[in-house]
Amino acid sequence: MSVGDGWLGLRNGQATSLSRLPLSPFAEWRSALLAAVGEGMRIAALFAVPVAPGGAADTHEVIAVLASEEEGLLHVGRGLLAGRTYAALTPACPQAHLFERELAEQAGLTPEGHPWLKPVRFPPAGAAGGAAAQIGVTDFYRVGGEEVHEVAVGPVHAGVIEPGHFRFQCHGERVFHLEISLGYQHRGVERALAGGPDKRTLHYVETLAGDTTIGHAWAYVQAVEALAGAKIPARAQVLRGVALELERLANHTGDLGALAGDVGFLPTASYCGRLRGDWLNLTALLCGNRFGRGLLRPGGVGFDLDPARADRLVPALDAALADVTGAVSLLWETPSVQARFEDTGTVGAAAAAEVGLVGPAARASGLVRDVRHHFPTGIYRFAQVPVITADTGDVFARAQVRWLEIERSAEFVRAQVRALPAGALRAPLGPAAPDALVVSLVEGWRGEICHVAVTDGAGRFRAYKVVDPSFHNWTGLALSLRGQQISDFPLCNKSFNLSYCGFDL
Amino acid sequence: MLRVLLARLAQGHRTIGFPDAPPALPDRLRGAPALDPTRCPDGCRACVEACPTGAIALDAGAGTAGSGLALDLGRCLFCPDCVEACPEGAIKYTPEYRLATRAREDLIVHGTLERLAGALDAKMRGLFGRSLKLRQVSAGGCNACEADVNVLNTVVFDLGRFGIQFVASPRHADGLLITGPVTANMRLALIKTWEAVPPPKLVIAVGACAISGGPYVDHPEAANGAGSVLPVDLFIPGCPPHPVTILDGLLRLLGRIEGDRRDQG
Repeated sequence: MSVGDGWLGLRNGQATSLSRLPLSPFAEWRSALLAAVGEGMRIAALFAVPVAPGGAADTHEVIAVLASEEEGLLHVGRGLLAGRTYAALTPACPQAHLFERELAEQAGLTPEGHPWLKPVRFPPAGAAGGAAAQIGVTDFYRVGGEEVHEVAVGPVHAGVIEPGHFRFQCHGERVFHLEISLGYQHRGVERALAGGPDKRTLHYVETLAGDTTIGHAWAYVQAVEALAGAKIPARAQVLRGVALELERLANHTGDLGALAGDVGFLPTASYCGRLRGDWLNLTALLCGNRFGRGLLRPGGVGFDLDPARADRLVPALDAALADVTGAVSLLWETPSVQARFEDTGTVGAAAAAEVGLVGPAARASGLVRDVRHHFPTGIYRFAQVPVITADTGDVFARAQVRWLEIERSAEFVRAQVRALPAGALRAPLGPAAPDALVVSLVEGWRGEICHVAVTDGAGRFRAYKVVDPSFHNWTGLALSLRGQQISDFPLCNKSFNLSYCGFDL
Repeated sequence: MLRVLLARLAQGHRTIGFPDAPPALPDRLRGAPALDPTRCPDGCRACVEACPTGAIALDAGAGTAGSGLALDLGRCLFCPDCVEACPEGAIKYTPEYRLATRAREDLIVHGTLERLAGALDAKMRGLFGRSLKLRQVSAGGCNACEADVNVLNTVVFDLGRFGIQFVASPRHADGLLITGPVTANMRLALIKTWEAVPPPKLVIAVGACAISGGPYVDHPEAANGAGSVLPVDLFIPGCPPHPVTILDGLLRLLGRIEGDRRDQG
């Protein structure tokens, strides 16, 4: 598998000087991208930056990161686009569809022939980006006919949950189509990250998606550490792994409880609600904050796990795992739960690959994708975590993948805490390399987190691109509703449990 | 069925004793910061410059007892940046979890937090004291505040035992609990939700974003918190606040916990 001369293969977290990164004629870049995706690579990031100061006016570098699981490489290519229009990639490459909508909204580039060119985040007037659009006002797809009705939900939902708008086209109870329109949480994070790093940068990334504080913070610190050429102490690397897996344990446990709640099976819902907090408390044991705020610092970690603390962590982990095992076993032993999980919200492997799903949702559809396995950095280069997959692509598969990942993550944390290498927690961090690029991937609990930093001549961020796993996976949720009962929406939704603010940025 | 009952037995009783018993909190919890301006070296502005949200102000009185250093808990992310930056240890976090106030200005501390949230007046307590229904609105929250509000519904905190409940419809609510800085894209939805709540009604702002904009302060894409859109009755600072901090604030508002920290020891 290769993309050709115009592309540069990088490892995860490997910085490169921009001078090594070819700048191809746009048409060449475009056809290479389409060919590579056709061969099985997938788009991890796609964004545009205006050409460096002094370059031609109204000219952009369109940068793509293609992930190749087979090679463990990230192929980066940039095409030079003069003017503001180009032939859309989406008709031949559906996984580009949201990226191209984002290009239109953020950079004002129009992908001609895009079948679904609508706003992504509706940036308000006064903020950077394209023309201001009124939130939620767009040409929603409609199915015609007297017996078809439309159901609109949100932005404010019934539960304690973030806002978003869902528009269903239904025939009776059956859903023909679900359209998801977001942007309500848009805080202008990417705009604010450009020009950094500065004293707010770490706090932006910690709150990109607050339930993924460790995942996003790791992607960020890994990027700046690569740009500075820093070598991170082993002890810090291990503690980062422990924190990332604790984050996965908490969220997977919470999700299994919520899935139980959505089918009215209250025992597991109740127990997992409590147990999710027990995992969060282990993160707080480490750093004082249940979400891991302040733990990851550029150059290492801010808190140590001293032996006394490790001696408290391991029994607490064993107790929590025993209780989660008991609570989750009930799900598999209860036929009424299984009947609701099985064959609900199915996304087949072909569709999952076509739209570029990541994380547990992709693995539940049989796709073998896990950053920890294919693009390992830090401790994952030494302690391999098996990739868990299922093949039915339904709610059951997404639940089962989570449960099996809970077992593996707990095992990982237990082993790593018992074998913490000695040494420093932090290494000094020099300035970031100027005119450089780095791609930083982390397997968060929802899936692949991708940060791409491009620096200017002074080592500041010329662009900082964030791709939360939800960006890939919201389309998967829409697909899972096809032909389903509308009453299964909460269940399908929870089986993906995607981030609104991580998407809206 | 037998397995469900056995599991129930194994899971045990898990509701915490708070507020009758002190809560179990992580020993590294970054609760209320304590300031000691007497330690400030002349002309040092390290903490002010390190703070990501401009929560710390320093005036000419620094270096003398009782004045000079002021920290706005409404802006504070309870991050380690100022503590790491201070050469003299003039700022440190304490395990104090009680942080809620009724007035925005009460969140600006010079030494320690002076005035915790007081209860609603007699009429409002008569209405809401034993039954408070809240509609939660996330308006740009990152899902950390939301998650630690939601956790109050678990058996651990069992919010229902205090008569407090989150409801789906604003028409069934006595007030809003708002998280997030109030993004421009949520402003209208938030105002509509507030208008749908029948009066008299309360607004509770949870977390640095909802109080001041948090890390997003002065972004054109968001307001600087719920207070810039609606009148706020209770401020619960943190990033996110610990669930016990949120519960403490709610119970103080209803007069279920009384007295300031001196009375409580």
